[in-house]
Amino acid sequence: MAAELSLAIAADVDVVQARLHGRDLAAGAGFSTGDQTVIAAAISEIARNILMYAKRGEITLRVVPNGDRHGVEVIARDRGPGISDIARAMQDGYSTSGGLGLGLPGARRLMDEFEVTSVVGQGTTVTMKKWRRVTP
Amino acid sequence: MEVPILKQGHYLIASIQSALTDADLSELREALIERVGRFRSRGVIVDVTALDVMDSFAVRTLRDIAHMARLRGAKTVIVGIQLDVALAMVQLGLTLKGVATALDLEEGLAFLDHHAAARVDDKRAVGRINRGR
Repeated sequence: MAAELSLAIAADVDVVQARLHGRDLAAGAGFSTGDQTVIAAAISEIARNILMYAKRGEITLRVVPNGDRHGVEVIARDRGPGISDIARAMQDGYSTSGGLGLGLPGARRLMDEFEVTSVVGQGTTVTMKKWRRVTP
Repeated sequence: MEVPILKQGHYLIASIQSALTDADLSELREALIERVGRFRSRGVIVDVTALDVMDSFAVRTLRDIAHMARLRGAKTVIVGIQLDVALAMVQLGLTLKGVATALDLEEGLAFLDHHAAARVDDKRAVGRINRGR
């Protein structure tokens, strides 16, 4: 199990590769198949956002420890136009690309931790984590 | 990755075999809508059993397929949405409102047969009303 994986996102096949790798990583970290799918879906949304808004970027996947819990961390970085109004971009149905406007808010609902930092003209970074539920 | 489309009587069956890119999904939409006209199909089944995730693009494309096929006179039913996939869809906030779904291919075929039979009944009913006048 690779501890960290960096993937270039520049075409729609890269979106599929990123979510398949994310699923593998989550499986290796002991996530249930349900959570693997949830993580893959979140990666798919933010990877597509990179393509739509910035044309290219990078996704880094890694397993992060936190005490006795394992988590999966996904970092999506691009040097695209940035987001001028993050609060609005996080609203359901808001899109400047003609999409469904569910990418960012949808991914946030799927993951346990979610953070967007963006500087207009410099790019956007989305950091999101999912923690494995501890089975008693 | 091209999605094979089978023609079975008045129905078209598209069986997705693996994870699809956005371009693959768009191609599937074009191919299905073209074939509805070419084969005068009355029903379309899209089997998504092997699809790894249903994200916003996949859902939008399936919705477009169903709406475009209806405009061309065919009923669409999406079959095979897996439990995990359904769970993630709901959390993402994605719905297939207005699009028929069925558990699997068998149920999907039964649904279309039922729909076709109901359509024939409707026509007969209209015919009776007209004759009654």
